[in-house]
Amino acid sequence: MDKKTILKVYETMLTIRKFEECALKLFEENKLRGSVHLSIGQEAVPAATGTFLRDEDYITSTHRGHGHAIAKGARVDLAMAELMGKTTGYCGGRGGSMHIAEVEKGNLGANAIVGAGIPHATGAALSARIRGTDQVAVTYFGDGASNEGIFHETLNMASLWNLPVVFICENNQFGLSTPQSKACSVKDIAVRAGAYDMPGEVVDGNDVFAVEKAFLKAVKRAKEGKGPTLLEMKTYRWKGHWTGDPEVYRTREEVEAWKKKCPILRLEKHMVDKGVMSTAEIANKHKEVDGVIRKAEEFALTSPEPDPATVLDNVYFGEVN
Amino acid sequence: MSIKKYAVAIRDVIAEEMRSDSSIFVMGEDIGPQGGIFGCTRGLLDEFGENRIIDTPISEAGFTGVGIGAALTGMRPIIEFMYMDFTYEAMDQILNQAAKLRYMYGGKATLPLVIRGQQGIGRGNAGTHSQSVEAFFTHIPGLKVVQPSGARDAAGLLRTAIRDNNPIMFFEHKALYANSEEVPDDTDFSIPFGVADVKREGGDVTIIATSLMVGRALEAADILAKDSIQAEVVDPRTILPLDMDTINASVRKTGRAVVVHEAHKTNGVGAEIASRIMEDSFKYLDAPVTRLGAKACTLPFNLVLENAVVPGVDDIVAAVQNISYR
Repeated sequence: MDKKTILKVYETMLTIRKFEECALKLFEENKLRGSVHLSIGQEAVPAATGTFLRDEDYITSTHRGHGHAIAKGARVDLAMAELMGKTTGYCGGRGGSMHIAEVEKGNLGANAIVGAGIPHATGAALSARIRGTDQVAVTYFGDGASNEGIFHETLNMASLWNLPVVFICENNQFGLSTPQSKACSVKDIAVRAGAYDMPGEVVDGNDVFAVEKAFLKAVKRAKEGKGPTLLEMKTYRWKGHWTGDPEVYRTREEVEAWKKKCPILRLEKHMVDKGVMSTAEIANKHKEVDGVIRKAEEFALTSPEPDPATVLDNVYFGEVN
Repeated sequence: MSIKKYAVAIRDVIAEEMRSDSSIFVMGEDIGPQGGIFGCTRGLLDEFGENRIIDTPISEAGFTGVGIGAALTGMRPIIEFMYMDFTYEAMDQILNQAAKLRYMYGGKATLPLVIRGQQGIGRGNAGTHSQSVEAFFTHIPGLKVVQPSGARDAAGLLRTAIRDNNPIMFFEHKALYANSEEVPDDTDFSIPFGVADVKREGGDVTIIATSLMVGRALEAADILAKDSIQAEVVDPRTILPLDMDTINASVRKTGRAVVVHEAHKTNGVGAEIASRIMEDSFKYLDAPVTRLGAKACTLPFNLVLENAVVPGVDDIVAAVQNISYR
């Protein structure tokens, strides 16, 4: 990565972190409802993948998808407004935290059903192939989703048809409270690629350089018509499954040990060591992003509630008949 | 006009639409060289090639989801289910995804998607291959649900379905595929959704029937006519949207209504239609609205038993006589 790219990836990670810290604060202040699934600690994966996609490339995302949307170019003010269900939000308050989508910019949507977005990205890849474009589709999903039938059905079809899709499993170690070791027959989810005759790779998901390297290789393969790749990004969810999770399934020590592997601190140390950014510049960047998030929060808080008279809008395209 | 079998009418409309719109493709099980087990895609692989006539693995949830992704990104997929009973394998993708994504994404997603295939009795396929499953798809807002009862309606409604920008559930019937009818040759011939067809006029009772039951209702009407009961047979053609204007107009004229479908009577579409007739036209009714549908029983393999479960011509005749007070 050149300096400009590193700064972009860094800023994206910082934006995701601060966006989610703000969402958590708003939730604790009872200003935001529903369930909010935070990806704090996992920011390297969206930042070091989404940054390298073009508007015309596609992603699908998960219930823990704020980071994917932001890395694909979502505006944090419109995203925060959606988390608050406001009329100015990405979905006009119809979808909330788990459904941020911006189809015209290639974000085919976050999805609250585990694994459900995996075939949508694959269908987008099929669509690109039929239309003869060089678009690539990326689908993010968790370790839990790799136990869903639709994951297996879709990987089979993607490989069979050589589709330009990259499967990114963010292994954050838990499906809600259940550790991967109690839910998965394999230690490394990446080995499941072998069953579908595609490359599978285990990647340190907290290292932006490792994520970037593996991802660009998979994108290149997809664009060359060689088919899909499964990347397993090993990472860790610092917060509970949702805001309010009692987290009885793990020790504080385990969480603290992973916090030492923070992807943001890791990149900051690298940048200082390599002279990419000074500590003073880093502090300034924090302040700058804090300001952006504060504005987004203000925008969301002051945005109007949707008009109940519009509740039936968009059930159908056009009139029902 | 050409005389066409129902299955051929379906095939021809798909081909005609594919010729004029390159964003249409078909995917499903055994639709390529095999041409579909009922022949609805016969010959299409030769004309359109593997890029647009895509044989899938037996992965109903997966290929439905792939179709959704393609629809979100500018394509107009037609997904064939070999049996519509198999939609159970893909319920999350149909009911949680296809039906809801446009709404949940604030109207910014458009899903022009047709899910089509056959269902129903007639071949002794037993309980998992002989059902009529349309009611499930009318319960969750976001889908349109179509049930053509003849070749002409199948052609006109399928063209409307393919050109619609919503996800459409298109229910053909295995026992109707071989029936022939005159079908217009016009490659723009279409029948709008939400417009019922009065298949037979009559002033004494309204029989609202769908799919295979339309033919049985017409046979029943001929028998009833010998008894001087003139039945009007109304085929809604689309059960979502539902043309209550035509149904209400007929019921207000006759004062009596029997609703008949092949699907289970319990919580079937007939319950919705009967309820809406009572809400809209209660003061015009001279008798309670009667529902006929399959008994609350798994469709049996044996044809004698199968016929005992679903409404027959005699059942329709008896239901009409029962509310005619003669």
